[in-house]
Amino acid sequence: MQLISCPWCGPREEAEYHYGGQAHVAYPHEVGALSDADWAHYLFFRDNPRGPFAERWVHAAGCRRWFNAVRDTGTHEILAVYRIGEPQPELGRQASR
Amino acid sequence: MTGPTAVPEHPEFLWRNPEPKPFYDIVVVGGGGHGLATAYYLARNHGITNVAVLEKGWLAGGNMARNTTIIRSNYLWDESSAIYEHSLKLWEGLEEDLGYPILFSQRGVLNLAHSLQDVRDSVRRVNANRLNGVDAEWVDAAGVKELCPIVNISPDVRYPVLGATYQPRGGIAKHDYVAWGFARRADELGIDLIQNCAVTGLDVIGGKVVGVRTTRGDIATGKVALAAAGHSSVLASMVGLRLPIQSHPLQGLVSELLEPVHPTVVMSNAVHVYVSQAHKGELVMGAGIDSFNGYGQRGAFHIIERQMSAALELFPIFARAHLLRTWAGIVDTTPDASPIVGLTPIENLYLNCGWGTGGFKATPGVGWCFAHTVAHDKPHPYNAPFTLERFTSGALVDEHGAAAVAH
Repeated sequence: MQLISCPWCGPREEAEYHYGGQAHVAYPHEVGALSDADWAHYLFFRDNPRGPFAERWVHAAGCRRWFNAVRDTGTHEILAVYRIGEPQPELGRQASR
Repeated sequence: MTGPTAVPEHPEFLWRNPEPKPFYDIVVVGGGGHGLATAYYLARNHGITNVAVLEKGWLAGGNMARNTTIIRSNYLWDESSAIYEHSLKLWEGLEEDLGYPILFSQRGVLNLAHSLQDVRDSVRRVNANRLNGVDAEWVDAAGVKELCPIVNISPDVRYPVLGATYQPRGGIAKHDYVAWGFARRADELGIDLIQNCAVTGLDVIGGKVVGVRTTRGDIATGKVALAAAGHSSVLASMVGLRLPIQSHPLQGLVSELLEPVHPTVVMSNAVHVYVSQAHKGELVMGAGIDSFNGYGQRGAFHIIERQMSAALELFPIFARAHLLRTWAGIVDTTPDASPIVGLTPIENLYLNCGWGTGGFKATPGVGWCFAHTVAHDKPHPYNAPFTLERFTSGALVDEHGAAAVAH
């Protein structure tokens, strides 16, 4: 089990959190104009890199707030945490896709 | 053998360790169970032997070495039961076909039901299985106790056992022997098994794959068949192909060696544990996946802790058993808990992935079908439903009920 730093509560055990998958996946604009392939990618396709990955977590057994983290999926090391609405820190941006 | 000091002779090598050639008709990426079986059936069924299997580590050292070896075919939908039952039938003749012992033991598989909804779903699945010619029966709690006397069927537990589906032809096999059996026969048929050979790039010219770049040099090839399980997304991204796959750690563990106490295989989706006793005597258990995406072959301890608490409620007799070893493999999960086997938008590049937590049981079946797909540039009827396009067309094969987590 690792310690994950909630941006509001500080470091807590992993078991207090739930995982939310890839971060920064926006609901599509003009949904009526989407092709089947675009819908498929919105619904079913997420990045799956080995390396830095921007993802969502919720502090379910604490403040119950969502936040984002950049984590290295190869080492499981958390490289940064940041609040919803804040920009993704530069370190993971180039490699997360 | 002479005298008491004699040690067993070193076993004969089961395959050569060739240098990669500059060209192969087909390159299979991934030397696990699926890659080895695919190579074997390419030679056996299609007469194609100018084939290399590239493995970045050692043969069958990934998920093939890390699974809990459960074999069954009692899936809900017609598409799934067809390919898994095809596989089970191949398992039933595999020792003879490979000429190698694989310790295939059809000791039966119980899938427990713990709630009224579980019972309804299970009975429905039994009926669906029977319509598809798959052996299946519904047994009540007393029947579970009869088949596996160490299961606690007391109603006074958090998740009481209300009954189970039972597939008598299901069971387990010795995973290493399976891999070695396929590897040995593939090698004998002339296929090059190349270890310590990681793929670093795929060469595509005019929408057609023509070569593979590796840590042991560039290899030109007519066709590339990907069978890399948890690392499929990484390979596909080398040609800009995005897959509907998320890779997760999945943990397993074994106890110390015990006297035979567990005659069958018991699985429970609801409490996320599945248990059998290996031939040597260790209890083999699997957990649910760790929640986060990960390529590190290890998981969090609280997952093991929950798995053990569930196992102890089902099997109070395990309370004094000692844990010997835990590990994790990287499983490639899909949105509908069904695999992706078939063609890709890139010519001569073929995909076998998305088996998630349950690929071991499919080893001979998918090897057979994937070899057909690669040889004929056309899916075998059994893997035709499992296209990449189904995520766009909506023709999903939702096996979360029969496949998710518990394998």
